Amino acid sequence: MDPVSRILLDHGSGGRIAHRLLRDRVLPVFDHPALAELNDGAILEMEGVRFAFSTDSYTVDPLFFPGGNIGELAVNGTVNDLAMCGARPLFLSAAFILEEGFPLADFQRILDSMAQAAKAAGVAIVTGDTKVVPRGAADRLFINTSGVGLIPPGIRVASRRAQAGDRVLLSGSLADHGVSVLAGREGLAFETSVQSDTAPLHRMVAAMLEAGGEAVHALRDPTRGGLGTALKEIAESSAVSVVIHEEKIPLKPEVAGLCELLGFDPLYLANEGKLVAFVHPEAAEAVLRAVRSDPAGKDAAWIGEVLPGPPGRVVMQTRIGGQRIVDMLAGEQFPRIC
Amino acid sequence: MVTRRNDEYRDATLVGELAARIRRLSRRPLRIMEVCGTHTVSIFRHGIRSLLPETITLLSGPGCPVCVTDTAEIDACIALARRPEILVATFGDLLRVPGSRSSLERERASGADVRVVYSALDAVELARRHPGREVVFLGIGFETTAPTVAAAVLAAHRSGIENFSVLCLHKTVPPALEALTALGDLRIDAFLLPGHVSVVIGRRAYLPFFERTRLPCAIAGFEPVDILQAVAAIVGQAENGKPALENAYRRAVAEEGNPAAQRVLAQVFAPADARWRGLGVIPASGLAVRAAWAAFDAARRFSLTATPVPEPRGCSCGEILTARKTPPECPLYGSRCTPGDPVGPCMVSSEGTCAAYFRYHDASAGG
Repeated sequence: MDPVSRILLDHGSGGRIAHRLLRDRVLPVFDHPALAELNDGAILEMEGVRFAFSTDSYTVDPLFFPGGNIGELAVNGTVNDLAMCGARPLFLSAAFILEEGFPLADFQRILDSMAQAAKAAGVAIVTGDTKVVPRGAADRLFINTSGVGLIPPGIRVASRRAQAGDRVLLSGSLADHGVSVLAGREGLAFETSVQSDTAPLHRMVAAMLEAGGEAVHALRDPTRGGLGTALKEIAESSAVSVVIHEEKIPLKPEVAGLCELLGFDPLYLANEGKLVAFVHPEAAEAVLRAVRSDPAGKDAAWIGEVLPGPPGRVVMQTRIGGQRIVDMLAGEQFPRIC
Repeated sequence: MVTRRNDEYRDATLVGELAARIRRLSRRPLRIMEVCGTHTVSIFRHGIRSLLPETITLLSGPGCPVCVTDTAEIDACIALARRPEILVATFGDLLRVPGSRSSLERERASGADVRVVYSALDAVELARRHPGREVVFLGIGFETTAPTVAAAVLAAHRSGIENFSVLCLHKTVPPALEALTALGDLRIDAFLLPGHVSVVIGRRAYLPFFERTRLPCAIAGFEPVDILQAVAAIVGQAENGKPALENAYRRAVAEEGNPAAQRVLAQVFAPADARWRGLGVIPASGLAVRAAWAAFDAARRFSLTATPVPEPRGCSCGEILTARKTPPECPLYGSRCTPGDPVGPCMVSSEGTCAAYFRYHDASAGG
């Protein structure tokens, strides 16, 4: 085939091809050490104060899905990105790109749920922007949120800090958001009881850091690209080998059933209210207790550990006793043809 | 993962017992081809290879519909997508499949109207909602998918929808088995036969093939226990020198298959010669829209002709689909050809042999 000369949807899938776009085109141009770390946000220090700064844009389809909408997602997503840097989120911006003709009532509903989500998370939306583009120039509504948060002294969370011996924690059931969005999408309407897991995680993180301090080495919220991609990113950043155990990964039966029906791998579907943590074993029990004390973390489980082995490798022990390699998502998953 | 569905077919103890039985039974080397792409993925996802003794080699066959689609056929799909009056409706799997110069995904990025649907009936619905557009559904898949596409044609006819047609690239499994075993240098000792396809065509459909080749065969379901049961059956047949056509998926596959699905398929489609990637033209191995339904046949409607195209240089998909090479033996595998930037179709589909190897290959194999 001819070389790729245009942006493809896969460039936005959060997987391998998106990484290559970042590595080959974005990072060399902007060239900054905080950016090159590829954490969920930039971890910065000025005049002795450490803080995190993060941004994310939201283009989810459908805008309203079982268990939430784009507005809540936009607040919780940035709150969570800051939390994954070990920061206490403080202030958010919100920018809207609206398509001409978008129903005002829907816009109001989305604004209201953003306000509610911000209040629940204890953050303030303090600046913003609104743009309207002609019909067809955008798909209904896109939202960008950015945020800043303070990193408490003594906290050193980073995706390159996982080390041999660490235990790997997942804060709850896998792939709920990915399945709820699929269920609401045009052309794939089916009845499901699965709700999006969208939730702010900063209080959970604060409790974890309180309980474990520096023993909490790395945090990530497995959104686009799913758990598989998140684990692979940390394994590569930290140059460690990770083993996870299929039978220990919490997965709702209805999520498992739907994934099987469509041929999707839940390891690569999005989560919006879950985190994966790499924790030194000495603090493991205290950290688990802290996670479980949060309503979004009651189903938390240890799903694996960091073992000596080739750097960057992630292996899953399957439930039936076999082994398989876990790689990053290669591109958006599609239902299978048979 | 913590699930309840299909638990008994993923029971670690049962799996362990089956694996032990296979190890006990197996004396001599046995090369078993799993014909179906869904089997390939299940085998990799559950790490089944790591449970089998060294004597057993599982080979992936031409059972991924996307992978056996000829480059010229993909070019025809792309040619349709480039026509401004046409809306192409397709299963997502096809988007990334490389034609000779481009792919549907890239055409979409350049402005073509290419929509992903989850069933052929969704494409009929698109036609109803866009009366000013010509909606062409890309009909790809085996006997499992073809009846649903036939049903969509019947539904469009009943609703008087005239702007819907199907580019029929469907293929059927038994003629491909015949063609595979007719290849001179093929080293396959036994076949793990597909589950979903067999649900439609029944065990009976393989009888002529089995009688001619007398190779050990078993129809298998898709759970680890299903697959290992079928492998154990095949190993037993081979070791005893008593080949059979066993149905190891009795909970879903009947002797005569699903007559209703067969009827719908035969009403709309007729057998036709088809070109398979890696296998060439196989007589009566494809389906064509019957003359009575010519109005729904995109090939007739848009006067398409397929010009044969050489396969990409260095691409070993043909040899891989016929088990004459394993993916790592292809010079492009993992370097020029990866799931994110595939050269051959085996790397594109989630069920493609190379993509499955790349994503899931057993940890014990390194990497």
